[in-house]
Amino acid sequence: MKNAVFKLTLPILFGYLPLGMAFGVLFTTQLDHAWWIAPLMGILIFAGAGQILAVSLIAANAGLVEVFVAMFVLNARHLFYGLSLLGQFRGAGWRKLYLIFGLTDETYSLLTSRTRGPDKAYEQWLDFRITAFNQCYWVIGCTLGALLGDNVAFDSTGIEFALVALFIVLTLEQLKALGESFPVWIGAAAAGMAMVMVPPAHQLIGAIAMVTLALLLHYRRTALTLGKEGMSHE
Amino acid sequence: MNETTYIAAFIAVAAVATFATRVIPFLFFERHTEHPLVQHLGRYLPAAVMALLAVIFLQRSTSWTGALPGLDALLPGILVICIHLWRGNALLSIAAGTACYMMLQQTAILGA
Repeated sequence: MKNAVFKLTLPILFGYLPLGMAFGVLFTTQLDHAWWIAPLMGILIFAGAGQILAVSLIAANAGLVEVFVAMFVLNARHLFYGLSLLGQFRGAGWRKLYLIFGLTDETYSLLTSRTRGPDKAYEQWLDFRITAFNQCYWVIGCTLGALLGDNVAFDSTGIEFALVALFIVLTLEQLKALGESFPVWIGAAAAGMAMVMVPPAHQLIGAIAMVTLALLLHYRRTALTLGKEGMSHE
Repeated sequence: MNETTYIAAFIAVAAVATFATRVIPFLFFERHTEHPLVQHLGRYLPAAVMALLAVIFLQRSTSWTGALPGLDALLPGILVICIHLWRGNALLSIAAGTACYMMLQQTAILGA
């Protein structure tokens, strides 16, 4: 089973190593702090865009309230992720806290897309391992970047596309598992609208808010239709 | 506040803010897991979020200054879809798309 988790998280490895390294390089070249603070942030914060934003906040000597607000707003899309995992994480005991802590875009993608067996405790153990593997990749990336600075020999330009490819593959998998395509169209349409209407820094949260709103309306409509059908049967 | 205190406080605040965004749904909706609305969102939200992540990150991977704007990310993206529909092997689809994207970026065939 070790190999299965590794195989499942391999695309995350290809995505997180270069992105973590980008953060590490940015951290040591922009700031005068010890190199090991970069991996420490990978361990304690574990948020890609958040940590990259953190570099400019540290450089600007931002106030702590401002830091809180900026980090919260930037990561606000995660507010919606737990909604689809409430049942799945229930009863995971001490592991639950870590599962929630490690809920990045990529971990969320893997955890909500993979097929599950009937043994809940075992599936939660796998979820835990997936999250931990992903964070390891991220911390290794942060460390390498911070240590190597910009003396990286291998031309890995573009390797971070692995994450984009992962999202595409998982969209197809969701489509197959669900047998309904409308949420995919809602998601794509919301992304398109956000790209036109919202500045890049807030596109993700804008799109996720639109998607949630659309699903709420869809829920209301199906609830109403079901209610009417129920009455006509009486 | 000296530099060490500042960076320690900074990391603590950033960590708490990030964790807060992830834990809030579990704090406020834990008792409503069986509610039909939560079930509805749980059923459809992942697919919708995956599609929007794919679209937004695809757009961010492209350079709009080339001769054919958008093509440098769209082409590998379409390759991922085709190979995945053909073989259904996630790693193969991702590796092929990534290799294609890296080649396009590093050779700048489409004009950087």
